[in-house]
Amino acid sequence: MSVLVLVEHDGKSVRDATLPTITAAAKLGDVHALVAGANVGGVAEQAVKIAGVAKVLVADAPHLDHDLAEEIAPVAAKLMADHDAFVAPATTFGKNIAPRVAALLDVMQLSDILSVEGPDTFTRPIYAGNAIATVRSKDPKKVVTVRTTAFDKAEHGGGNASVEQVDAGGAVGASSFVSLEASESARPELTSAKIIVSGGRAFGSSDQFHALLDPLADKLGAAVGASRAAVDAGYAPNDYQVGQTGKIVAPQVYIAIGISGAIQHLAGMKDAKTIVAINKDEEAPIFQVADLGLVGDLFKIVPELTEKL
Amino acid sequence: MKVLVAVKRVIDFNVKPRVKMDGSGVDLANVKMSMNPFDEIAVEEAIRLKERGAATEIVAVSVGPAKAQETLRTALAMGADRAILVQTEEEVEPLAVAKILAKIAAEESPQMIILGKQAIDDDCNQTGQMLAALLGWPQGTFASKVEAANDNVTVTREVDGGLETVKLKLPAVVTTDLRLNEPRYASLPNIMKAKSKPLAAKSPGDYGVDVARRLETVKVVEPAKRQAGIKVGSVDELVERLHGLGIAK
Repeated sequence: MSVLVLVEHDGKSVRDATLPTITAAAKLGDVHALVAGANVGGVAEQAVKIAGVAKVLVADAPHLDHDLAEEIAPVAAKLMADHDAFVAPATTFGKNIAPRVAALLDVMQLSDILSVEGPDTFTRPIYAGNAIATVRSKDPKKVVTVRTTAFDKAEHGGGNASVEQVDAGGAVGASSFVSLEASESARPELTSAKIIVSGGRAFGSSDQFHALLDPLADKLGAAVGASRAAVDAGYAPNDYQVGQTGKIVAPQVYIAIGISGAIQHLAGMKDAKTIVAINKDEEAPIFQVADLGLVGDLFKIVPELTEKL
Repeated sequence: MKVLVAVKRVIDFNVKPRVKMDGSGVDLANVKMSMNPFDEIAVEEAIRLKERGAATEIVAVSVGPAKAQETLRTALAMGADRAILVQTEEEVEPLAVAKILAKIAAEESPQMIILGKQAIDDDCNQTGQMLAALLGWPQGTFASKVEAANDNVTVTREVDGGLETVKLKLPAVVTTDLRLNEPRYASLPNIMKAKSKPLAAKSPGDYGVDVARRLETVKVVEPAKRQAGIKVGSVDELVERLHGLGIAK
């Protein structure tokens, strides 16, 4: 069985989300990594070195810049004539493109898989992770997106794949990229951080959110996350959101501060190895999943914690 | 400009789902059901487009059981003009829903179709993208801002690295993210008025779409439960425990 993996990259290098995706794909068959973009020779050079990749397919053309689903999906769908499965990371990149590929192939996609149980059988979370379904696909070809925290990262280096240029097709031209307002941060990325400190609405303002959480995060070398309520209130940008519809994280330690623990939030972080909760309400649901809980006023606790750690 | 919105009847977002003892699925008997929260945002966005003069008519569509009528009445009470229920008691997968919506789009010729980015029951996040592919339209997924002007729509998208803005030629598909808007509550007079707005009843067969499932659910189980741990009494104790875990040592 041959598997086409859609490589997520930033134009210069392969993004981390690609690595667990390759691990999942390798459980299905031979991995062919598709690098689609504009001037992506450098990305392809990196991709050949990833352990487990048999072949790198490069579709290089100006219209494939900026990850537009309208442009990339037809290229991938065409390559699927020679592949049995299409696998992409369940990131906003993969979630945008994979269903478009699936529809072009007349295949029902399996989203956000947690494990590969067999060539056509997978587990995936439903109902915000409150249930885990084992699902078997009856389609002749499989289209799958992968929960990146559920699989180990394929190793960067050691691989020795061949490279093949493939047809990049013509521009569809129905959509165009305008701008990207990127969140700049010197801190680790949420989805790959070992430690995350995450704040809720209890911080009361954007100023207090950052004044209290940033020093703690810096001290711990941690990423900063937020509950939906904190993002909605404007305390933190959208890409900080952890939860059912935000980012799914599984760090070594997740410190939830002033977060009550709605099921939608728990869906995004309950696979953390250790959960620490700080909340003034001792009945808060977050304490039902926390390994370590401290009841009290975050405005007193957080500065003290930052100082003493 | 005509706008189509798709809505799904799902478990209410405040209800904690319970897995059935026999492992066949989640128990929905006597559980509160509501409009999928992302679809409420889709309906609201369509209404705002109409209020700004960009949209002229809003057609709400649902594919689901007879009770999805209630969901459509909610959309009508919020401000949709008419509704289409494609009724089936079977569970319909995103691909089949997308095919039905594509057929409706061919009949209705909307300039924009707005859907929630995902339903909170199956968490698939597929229907909008599939619909766009079937129609050959561009897609603006995970939208936090939608601006329609002339023959284009500019969509700001919530992506992993921040906010991305794309420009799409109309007709286009838009899927909503959480921060696109705050949906309104339907007022009592509007709920009454919605009862007399037109609601057409159809079946998947009317559109020639086969809704046979492609995915077979082998079993559904509860995830491994986390045990509540311990409460510590002071910051000093918390620091000691964190050091014990090898943190900030």
